[in-house]
Amino acid sequence: MLEAIILTVITAATPLLLAAIGELVVERSGVLNLGVEGMMVMGAVCGFAGTLTFGTPFAGIIAGALAGMAVSLLFGFATLTLVANQVASGLALTLFGLGLAGLIGEGFVGTPGLKLPALFIPGLTDLPVVGRILFGQDVLVYLSFALVAGVSWFLFRTRAGLVLRAVGDNHGSAHALGYSVVKVRYLAVLFGGACAGLGGAYLSIAYTPLWVESMTAGRGWIALALVVFASWRPGRLVVGAYLFGAVTILQLHAQPLGLGVPSQFLSMLPYLATVVVLVLISGNRRATRFNTPACLGTPFVPDR
Amino acid sequence: MKRFGANTANDDVSLKVMPGEIHALLGENGAGKSTLVKILYGALQPNEGEILWKGQPVVIGSPAEARALGIGMVFQHFSLFEALTVAENIALALPKDADRRGLSATIARVSRDYGLPLDPTSRIADLSVGERQRVEIVRCLLQNPQLVIMDEPTSVLTPQEADQLFETLKRLASEGCAILYISHRLEEVRAICHHATIMRRAKVVAETDPTTETVGTLARLMVGNEVDAVTRTKGVPGAPRLTLAGLDMPALGAFGVPLRAIDLEVRAGEIVAIAGVAGNGQSELFDAVSGERTGRDGAVVIDGRPVGHQGVNERRRLGAAFVPEERLGHGAVPALKLSENVVLTRHGTGEGIASGGFTRFGLAGRIVEAVTKRFDVRKGPADPEARALSGGNLQKFVVGREVDRTPGVLVVAQPTWGVDAGAAAVIRQALIDLARSGSAVLVISQDLDEIFEIADRIAVISRGHLSVPKAAEAMTREEIGLLMAGGAEKR
Amino acid sequence: MHLELVKRPEVSRVMMVGSPVLAVGLTVIFAAIVFALQGKDPLAGVYYFFLEPLTSSWSIEQLIVKATPLVIIALGLAVCFLSNNWNIGAEGQLTVGAITGSMLPVLVPEFASPATLPLMVLMGALGGALFAAVPAILKTRFGTNEILTSLMLVYASGLFLDWLVRGPWRDPKGFNFPITIAFNDAAIPSTIPIGPLYLNLSAFVALVLVAVLAVTLGRTLKGFEIRVLGQSPRAGAFAGFSARRMTLFAFMVSGALAGIAGILTVASEIGKLQPVISPGYGFTAIIVAFLGRLNPVGILIAGLVIALSYLGGEAIQTTMQMSSKVATVVQGMLLFFVLACDTLILYRVRLVGRAPKEPARA
Repeated sequence: MLEAIILTVITAATPLLLAAIGELVVERSGVLNLGVEGMMVMGAVCGFAGTLTFGTPFAGIIAGALAGMAVSLLFGFATLTLVANQVASGLALTLFGLGLAGLIGEGFVGTPGLKLPALFIPGLTDLPVVGRILFGQDVLVYLSFALVAGVSWFLFRTRAGLVLRAVGDNHGSAHALGYSVVKVRYLAVLFGGACAGLGGAYLSIAYTPLWVESMTAGRGWIALALVVFASWRPGRLVVGAYLFGAVTILQLHAQPLGLGVPSQFLSMLPYLATVVVLVLISGNRRATRFNTPACLGTPFVPDR
Repeated sequence: MKRFGANTANDDVSLKVMPGEIHALLGENGAGKSTLVKILYGALQPNEGEILWKGQPVVIGSPAEARALGIGMVFQHFSLFEALTVAENIALALPKDADRRGLSATIARVSRDYGLPLDPTSRIADLSVGERQRVEIVRCLLQNPQLVIMDEPTSVLTPQEADQLFETLKRLASEGCAILYISHRLEEVRAICHHATIMRRAKVVAETDPTTETVGTLARLMVGNEVDAVTRTKGVPGAPRLTLAGLDMPALGAFGVPLRAIDLEVRAGEIVAIAGVAGNGQSELFDAVSGERTGRDGAVVIDGRPVGHQGVNERRRLGAAFVPEERLGHGAVPALKLSENVVLTRHGTGEGIASGGFTRFGLAGRIVEAVTKRFDVRKGPADPEARALSGGNLQKFVVGREVDRTPGVLVVAQPTWGVDAGAAAVIRQALIDLARSGSAVLVISQDLDEIFEIADRIAVISRGHLSVPKAAEAMTREEIGLLMAGGAEKR
Repeated sequence: MHLELVKRPEVSRVMMVGSPVLAVGLTVIFAAIVFALQGKDPLAGVYYFFLEPLTSSWSIEQLIVKATPLVIIALGLAVCFLSNNWNIGAEGQLTVGAITGSMLPVLVPEFASPATLPLMVLMGALGGALFAAVPAILKTRFGTNEILTSLMLVYASGLFLDWLVRGPWRDPKGFNFPITIAFNDAAIPSTIPIGPLYLNLSAFVALVLVAVLAVTLGRTLKGFEIRVLGQSPRAGAFAGFSARRMTLFAFMVSGALAGIAGILTVASEIGKLQPVISPGYGFTAIIVAFLGRLNPVGILIAGLVIALSYLGGEAIQTTMQMSSKVATVVQGMLLFFVLACDTLILYRVRLVGRAPKEPARA
């Protein structure tokens, strides 16, 4: 029972973690992309379509990432090249993504998909209790952890990561030192798009191998909240994503138990928990002081 | 070492800087100094002319190329990253292949050698203004530059800190480094520079050895004609109109400075100036006096009425007026028209600009006309947006908007910051005239020249403490320097 | 090759009108491309999507029915966005307004008087305002990001409505369908004939609100305060305005308007509560607000344009067997184009080749 719960928590947390790690990089570069939900849902539908078209979920993974990148480019063009308002453009991306995904996915509704297989390592996966949890996951679960570690290393150990943080902290100074603010931000936005696309693809090829319209159900927004919760530190993102995964799964498990609480109220829990967590974290100024990118959401036009 | 040719905003400018020379580039705001510097640092490209570096023509396509050539730059507005450490800030300016492991040790060594001690692991946000400048300089030195460009480096320093900077510069020059020193402070140019190029309206108007000139002759070269000196009559101070009594105010934000038990009286007919290096509590003081932040009732008294816990409009209604340091975004909304910016500070003064909840922009427009005429505000359309005005004209408007009411108390921060000499003279004269007509004027300024030109009494703010004001005639620059460096706290 | 922006010294008055028109034009072109990609005749698609709904009085009535809630919600959002408060939870405030407004006809069905409808609208406004106050208070009290909290509450409110109509408010004679009892006649807005059209009372409410907001924003000190605080909170404080109080005010106004839109939609279009009461009006109104340049009269026009896309989506579905999802895509595209074209108001855009020779200026 406990093993089953932990396994489902992992599947619930992985899409959040994938989308959030991308958005973390985007925000570290000083860009607020509120379109995560739109990129995710595009990743979900294209991941599903790619899987069916090529007959393998691995094609779906690539299709999902590419779809996320493609729509993130729209956002990048509007906000970075044309310096449109980032908040509004992010909303536009969400609305556009939900609409386009619905259109693309119309023919797939009700079609069974293919499930991304879990790894099986003889010996290790067979280990009691920890075997399946540690060594029997699908490739995207491992990728999500690799991405967190990789982003952490990139941001704090490499020169390119230092430049990205510098651009997010003070784009004027970064420009004065000769760094291309817009180029750095485009790359970050594309990375964010790819990660959100992966997160979406996970939903339609691993979580439930089906396409359902608007199947992201607000996960893109929760991923955004997780970035705030993690105060822009990759490591804390894992904690946040698994906490939310746990809340989601526990309410699902609680529903059939009939605790006398209507199922709708249990379903509200992840959303209400997000609000509560945001309130708690925003009260803690010390945690966020140095990590909040100072240029977050402010447009940059080179001064000439 | 460097020759430089024509350009549109820099019109046929030639400049030659020799190794081991501290070369001053003098000029008013808007004379074209910044453009020239941006071209030398690769941030802008000239349309015409050429740059010779060590005798060879070069194209400097970007700041990185400038750094590779050996040109370093210390910016006027620091180009540092607040959330990053000293070492990270410096690494960002070094070439890609620079060794990052040994960097911290190198920083510590170089900064000690040049008398600019720094801790490589501290965050910029925690450093004082003077320390931040050290980071800029050390960052520049680590690139082993043969030319260092310094843009107004002393504008944020105490006189003592400036002296220390001069020692560093002299040492650099003695090692053969060329220094291009941009300033409009004539005294210091005379003191440390070997050569001066003076720019006016995008052209070089003179080249001279500053040590053979006087401040007066340099000023004339810079401004062109004699500046209208402000005329100042001796005023007879009357009753106190603005009183601060034991004013305390917690720091604003993580990097602010708390105010501690500030006492001050500004009487009718006088100008009291508060000197101080930026970031010593000036913005907290302004907010506390204007009522943007409120506190204990008796801490601020206007014409005998305690107003400490009243807001900015209540204080305006009692006849007070305020001009903040930041013109755009505080004193005026950039994207609003001038008439709307009149409504901004005068809707609550009981002049009928807002009545019954409705605003009368027509009346505000007439005030714009009156201010424009009286202060010679140059604007294209009749009612342009605030951001369309030049700095000097907007400042004349923002000051004029308040002086136009003939306020009993006027509090003004940095009245002529970044403003050309002509506009500065108009503004300073208006402040003197207002005081002589019986108002109390409080000026918060970092510009000692300005303070000595207009103030009757001078006090110094340092880390949230205010020194006891003294008559301007009895004050010297040295004394102010000592008070800035913390003397105000020991009383 | 890249685009370069050159800041204009003043905003371009021409572009303030031109940019939304340009955006609509671009959207029509791209919609045609979408039709073509679906293997349909693009010209016929454009005709059925954008023009056919304007040809009959029935569809014009429908256009106004759809535009009404969009306009009412967008007016409130304009107050929020102008004052730099990002309320994107209007859909939730609409839901709560519909619930609180429906309390009267659902719980006290025997109360049928001329006062019924006004009371319902009042309660809807109150419910929406109080629900919108939650993210506002969290923002002013704790500094919590209002975008995320207002959005999360949308999901919560939807689930709450779902519980109501399946649980305590379900019509016992409703064959187990998740619906409430039908509203009594006094709770349903009447229609008024204007020429050949029969217009719902709600449409007139929207018109009155447009006028009220236009005067408030353009002529009053409150409107001035909204604009100043949105552009420059520091200057707003200098003018003696409070950004915190403005946040609460803006959220409650927009919540009240979304609540009014919610109860009016339920009363005039559905006549009872059910799990889904809005085709995303609260989100689409964001597009309306921006397309209308946050100006009340502009919003009125924009509301009609966007309502057209709903009808157009239905039209191409019936006449060309295309998915009605096209409508959502077109709406999303339109918002993108509006935002991108708005750049032209503040900047001149020019195309430059590689390695630009930038003229130096002082």
